[in-house]
Amino acid sequence: MGRKAEFSEKPRKGPGRKARKQKPPTFPKKSFAPLDNSDDKKLSHRQKQRLIKRDQKKKIQNAKDKKFKLFPDENKEAERNLQNHTLLKNSEKRKSIGFSDENKQWLKPKSTKNKTQGKKDDLELEVESNEEGSDSDDQDQESETDEQESGELSNGNEILKVGSLADISDDENEDANSNDDFDVSDEESDDTASNNDVDEDDDVDSDSLLPIERENKKLKRREAKEADLAAKEMQMSIDHQEIFSFPDNDSEENKEITLQEIQQRIKDITLVLSDFKKYRQENHSRTEYLDLLRHDLCIYYSYNDFLMGKLMDMFPLTELMEYLEASEVPRPLTIRTNSLKTRRRDLAAALINRGVNLDPLGKWTKVGLVVYSSQVPLGATPEYLAGHYMIQGASSLLPVMALAPQENERVLDMCSAPGGKGSHIASIMKNTGVLFANDANRERIKAVVANFHRLGVINAIISCEDGCKFRNVMTGFDRILLDAPCTGTGVVAKDPSVKSTKNEVDVQRCYNLQRKLLLTAIDCVDAKSKTGGYIVYSTCSVLPEENEWVIDYALKKRNVKLVPTGLDFGVEGFTKYRQYRFHPSLNLTRRYYPHTHNMDGFYVAKLKKFSNTIPMTKEQQEADEKELDEAITNAESVVNKNTDPMEKSVHEENELRRPLGKHAGKPNLSEVEIDLKKRKLVESKTKYIANEFEKPLKVQKKHKVDHKTVSLTP
Amino acid sequence: MKRLSDERAKILFEKLSKYIGTNVKQLIDRPDGTYCFREHRDRVYYVSERILKLSECFGPEKLVCVGTCFGKFSKTNKLKFHITALYYLAPYAQYKVWVKPSFEQQYLYGNHIAKSGLGRITENAGQYQGVVVYSMNDLPLGFGVLARSTTECKTADPMTTVCFHQSDIGEYIRSEDTLF
Repeated sequence: MGRKAEFSEKPRKGPGRKARKQKPPTFPKKSFAPLDNSDDKKLSHRQKQRLIKRDQKKKIQNAKDKKFKLFPDENKEAERNLQNHTLLKNSEKRKSIGFSDENKQWLKPKSTKNKTQGKKDDLELEVESNEEGSDSDDQDQESETDEQESGELSNGNEILKVGSLADISDDENEDANSNDDFDVSDEESDDTASNNDVDEDDDVDSDSLLPIERENKKLKRREAKEADLAAKEMQMSIDHQEIFSFPDNDSEENKEITLQEIQQRIKDITLVLSDFKKYRQENHSRTEYLDLLRHDLCIYYSYNDFLMGKLMDMFPLTELMEYLEASEVPRPLTIRTNSLKTRRRDLAAALINRGVNLDPLGKWTKVGLVVYSSQVPLGATPEYLAGHYMIQGASSLLPVMALAPQENERVLDMCSAPGGKGSHIASIMKNTGVLFANDANRERIKAVVANFHRLGVINAIISCEDGCKFRNVMTGFDRILLDAPCTGTGVVAKDPSVKSTKNEVDVQRCYNLQRKLLLTAIDCVDAKSKTGGYIVYSTCSVLPEENEWVIDYALKKRNVKLVPTGLDFGVEGFTKYRQYRFHPSLNLTRRYYPHTHNMDGFYVAKLKKFSNTIPMTKEQQEADEKELDEAITNAESVVNKNTDPMEKSVHEENELRRPLGKHAGKPNLSEVEIDLKKRKLVESKTKYIANEFEKPLKVQKKHKVDHKTVSLTP
Repeated sequence: MKRLSDERAKILFEKLSKYIGTNVKQLIDRPDGTYCFREHRDRVYYVSERILKLSECFGPEKLVCVGTCFGKFSKTNKLKFHITALYYLAPYAQYKVWVKPSFEQQYLYGNHIAKSGLGRITENAGQYQGVVVYSMNDLPLGFGVLARSTTECKTADPMTTVCFHQSDIGEYIRSEDTLF
C-alpha cells in the first residue's frame, strides 16, 4: 500500500556534485606579470622606509658597478669583500651586469619581480618555494613544471614570451638561482647569461637532433652548471669560515684560555698550516704558527716543550694528532701463553671459564691473547700463579720474535727485568741451552727470579751485573737481546709522567748509555757461532736519538750489519731525520706506533756480527769509552748545575735510584763541598763504633782490660 | 755456589723424601745430563752441571739465581721449602690432595685445608705425610702436611683441618720480596 509516488525519472539539474570538474591550478599572475604596484597591498610604514633605503643603496651600487666595469681587476677584489652582503644587493648587481640586448626582452620583468619579492606575502613565497622544489634535478619534475607553466601561461592571459620549453626552464633556473639562500657572485650570473646564448645557438642546431638527444644535452648542461655551482658553494663555505687570526702577544698574556678554546685553536692552526699560503697572515711566519701550535699542544696534552718539539719534528701534523690522541688511550691488555706449561687453546678455555673475554692477538703470533674484559683480576688467577701465562704488552713479543732463539744456544738478555722477554726466550728455546738474564737493578732482578720460577724456566742464570761491564764476565754468546733502558716515550699511556719529566739531558744520558750497552752487547756475541751471531736492539721509545742514532753509531764502530727483523709489519726506520742522514740499511729496522699498530711505541733492530775483530785500536776504543762515560756524567753534572740547592736533595735521591747515580756530580764538587763530605765521612766512622768488620769480642776484651786497670790503680 | 755440606745434604734429602719418597733418585740420576744441588747464600738450588759451570764466571755477589731454588736453610739449620720447589715436587709426588674449586681461592691466600674444602685424597696417607695440593683440574697449587690420616679424614667433622698449609703459589705475589 503506501502512498503513491511518482517514480518517473526526475529531470537532472545541472552536473552532479562529483562531476564538477576542478579547474586547473592558478598561480598568482604577479610571478610572471610585469610589475604592477597598484595591485599590491598597501605597504606598512616600515616597509616603505625599507624600500626607500633599498633604492638608495641601489643607486650607490649602480655607481659602484660602473666603477668596477672601468677597473675589472679591482672588480674581483671588491667582489670578495662583498660576499657577505645581502641577497638583494646581489640580485640587483646581477641585473645590472647580466642585462644584455639579447635577453632584455624577458629578463627585465623578472629582475624587477625579484626586486619586489621581499614585499610579497606568504602565499607567494610558498609558490616560489614550490617552483624551487620543482627545479630540482629530476628531468621528470622539470617537465612537469614546464607543463604547469605552459598551462599557466595559456590560462593567464598575458603571454610574456613565445619560445621553446628549454628557454622557459632556463628562465626558471635563473629564477631559482636568484632565490637561493646563498649568494652567488655576479660572475656566475654572467655565466648563466652566456649559457643562455649558447642555449639559443643550440636551439638552432637542435632541429636536426632527436628530442631525446636534446633532452640529454639539456641534462648535461644542467649537470655541468650544477657542478659548477656546487664547487662555488664549497669555495664560499670555506671562504666564509673565519680564518684563524694570530693572537696578539698582549692579549695572550692577559687572557686566560679554556681547554676548549685551545682545542679549537689547535684545529685552526692545523688548518692554516695545511695550506699556509692561503690562510696565513702576512705578518706571521710559519715558525710563529708552529711555536703557537706547540705551545697549545703542550698544554692540551700536558707534554713538556722539549718532547713535543721532538714529536713535531718526527711526524707530519695530521699523523702527530693521531699519535697524540692514541697515546692518551691505554693499549688493550694482552697476555702471552707460556708454551712451557700449557697451550694457547687450553689457556683460553680455562680463562673463558673464569669469565674472561679474550681473543687471539693476531696472525703474527701463536702465543698472544688479547683480553677485552675480565671478571677476575688477571694477575691473580690460579692459572697466572701456576705460570700458564704472563701479562705482557703486544709490543714486547716483537724483539723476541726478531731474535728467534734456537734450541741449545747460549742467549743473553742484557736488561731483562721484569723477565717477560727473557721467559719468552726460554719458552722458545724449550728450556734447553742456557739463558743468561742480567739486570743492573738489584730490586728489579727479584721480579725476574719470581717470574722465571713461576713460569718454570730452569735453564736460566740470573745475574745482577752492570751491563756495560759484561764483556769482562763472559763473551761468546750466540744471540743477545738488548732491550735498552730508555726514556719510555713510546709507553706514555702506561706512564704519563714521561710526558712532562723527560728533558734533553735525560735523552742524552739514555742514548749514551744505550750506545755503550750496544757496543758491549756486540762485543759479547760470537761472530763465528754456527747458528747465531745476532744482536737484537729494542727500545720502548720513539725518538730517533735513542733508536736510529744508536744503531748508526754501532754500525760505524763495530763489524756489524743490519739484517731484516723477520717481522712482516711495522714502519721502516728512518734513514734520514731532519738534518741527519743515517746508513741506508736502517730501513731494515722496524718502528711501531700506537696509532698505526695499536701497540706501544716500539723500535726493533736486528744486527748480525760478521767479524770478531774490532775495527779500531785499543787506544781509540778506550778513548771512545771515556768519551761516552764523560758524556753520561756530564749530562748529570749539567742536571746538578741546573738545580737549585733546595731541589738538590730531591734530585740526589732520584739519582741514587739510577744505575749510574753513584758517580753523579763527582767531578763537579766545589772544594767546600768536598771538605764537607770528608768531614761527614770521618764523623760517620767515629759516630758508630760498632763497625761491620769489628767483632763484638774485641770490645769486650778492651772492657776487661779497663776493668783490670781500674782495679789496679787504687 | 758451593756444595752442600753432608749435614745439610742429609737434611735436604730427608725433607725431599717426605714429599716424593723414593723418587728422589730420579732427581739425581737423570737421562738428560747430571743435575746437582748447590748452596748459594743459604739457599739450595737444583741445576744442571752444564749451566752450573757457566755460572762460575759470575762473582758470588753478582750471581742472583741459577736453575731452580728449592728452599732456604734457616739459621738453626732447618730447611724450609719454597714454593719454587713445586716445579719438581709436583710431578714426583706420591701423596696428593685435591681441593674443591670453591676452596681454591682460600687455599691460595694461605689457609689450611678444612674437610669441607677437600675434594679428593690419596689412599693410605698417614698423619703428617707431606702432600702436594692440586686443584680439581690437576693444577698444582702448593704443598703441605696432612693433619689427619686418610682414614681419619673420612670420618672428620667438616670444619676440621685435614691438611696444614706450608706453601702455595699465591706466595709468588704475596712474598716476592722475601722469597728471593
